[in-house]
Amino acid sequence: MRHLVILGAGTAGTVMANRLARSLRRDITDGTTRITIVDQDAVHVYQPGLLFIPFGVYTPDQAVRGRAAQLPKTVRYVQSRIESLDTARDTVTLANGEVLSYDLCIVATGTHVAPEELDGLTGPGWGERMFEFYTLDGAKRLAKALREFRGGRIVINVVEMPIKCPVAPLEFAFLTDWFFTERGLRDKVSITYATPLDGAFTKPASSKSLAHLLTGKGIALETEFNAGRVDGTAGELVSWDERMLPFDLLVSIPTHKGAEFITRSPGLGNEMGFVLTDPRTLQARVKPNVFAIGDATDVPASKAGSVAHFEAEVLTGNILRFLADKPLEPGFDGHANCFIETGHHKALLIDFNYETEPLTGNFPFAWGPMPLLKESRLNHLGKLAFRHVYWNALLPGYDFPGIPAQMKRAGKRFPVATTTP
Amino acid sequence: MPELTAVARTAEGFLARASDWDRDLATELAAEAGIGPLTDRHWLVLDYMRNTFLVKGDGPTIRTLGKESGVAIKELYQLFPKGPAKLAAKIAGIPKPHGCI
Repeated sequence: MRHLVILGAGTAGTVMANRLARSLRRDITDGTTRITIVDQDAVHVYQPGLLFIPFGVYTPDQAVRGRAAQLPKTVRYVQSRIESLDTARDTVTLANGEVLSYDLCIVATGTHVAPEELDGLTGPGWGERMFEFYTLDGAKRLAKALREFRGGRIVINVVEMPIKCPVAPLEFAFLTDWFFTERGLRDKVSITYATPLDGAFTKPASSKSLAHLLTGKGIALETEFNAGRVDGTAGELVSWDERMLPFDLLVSIPTHKGAEFITRSPGLGNEMGFVLTDPRTLQARVKPNVFAIGDATDVPASKAGSVAHFEAEVLTGNILRFLADKPLEPGFDGHANCFIETGHHKALLIDFNYETEPLTGNFPFAWGPMPLLKESRLNHLGKLAFRHVYWNALLPGYDFPGIPAQMKRAGKRFPVATTTP
Repeated sequence: MPELTAVARTAEGFLARASDWDRDLATELAAEAGIGPLTDRHWLVLDYMRNTFLVKGDGPTIRTLGKESGVAIKELYQLFPKGPAKLAAKIAGIPKPHGCI
């Protein structure tokens, strides 16, 4: 009997479990294939919701559901921490003592924040005037701090790339502006956005649009700021080249790392614990029967749910090919699609891939209805509606009509020099 | 020996072809970026960058540089102010490191 093991039941792992359970339904019924999925806890967090919790737009319980309920009945769910992955022996050892032998393994263990990587961040002031919003607890603590904030300097700092949802820190800055404007305190609050990038975002066209939005909202932009240490008592964030940003409240986007077992498995990952992965086929470099998806990979795409969704379509095809001894297809193009909440009931939408930077235009069709790289109310409604799409269509692993895995060129305004197909 | 004005560059000033690079060109690239003269400490970093690129196909991150190049992060910022990984990549004649998005 063939055994497929999925490590991690977050967005990517859950989508893969649902897609594979459907594609291999007959084999599972026959008893020739079985699928096991492992995760360390029982709660599935709707991670885009974490951005809204600090501002009281969502309550924490609106962002969580049980993991098991998102998974197909035909897949075995094991709740345990993963101790190690032995790619030479094709086994996974769990912290509960169980050893899983697999024929094919999918690593979907995502990424987590490691605040201890910045000198001083987890020292005095952590959770009191220094916060993060990438965990449910962190977002809750920050909600309380923002509610009680009466004025002063807020610094939002990305410690280092890559991070999950690279636009989220910008959205946080926009929403901070909106939040304090609504409360009539905006003139008492200064907001600084400090990033290690050389602009507001990673790609030129969107970087320019987003920098313009920051300026328009009175948010100071500090670029090429590589945080070296922070002092939570004095309220000082200092870069490696000795620039100092004073703060009363620091919102840190800490260093991100992959799951710990990845760095312990020879040849599997890089120094940050991200799986060395072929960016087109999503096969791991370490061995042909290991694949990776979502935030867990080292591919140069955004770490975002939309990427996991597009990857899942390609990866499902490649896993079926692998099981049938057929060559893999280099089908993944780095496609990402993100709403960028800009506050005041508006949002931007960006759609891009490995080669094409976010451009202006329309989505998902050439006529619209959603504008790209431009603020609109419809994009904001799209962002809010996405929560329902996530639980009811994305996690179950359904394709979205009109939005294929590969990025569409139609509807995008390409700079003249690069319009050659 | 190639002249800096004669080699193809990207919009951001990185060499279009890593194979165009030599040590004289590095000196010119450094001078253009306001860095120089290049010391042994600079060269330790530049050689490490180049070797990493030739082996892995991408330049190292600042974190790797700090751990493995033999020069600590603090000093990297003194040698190559603002963004050491990016600036050293430019002078070492390798493409802008992905590292991000």
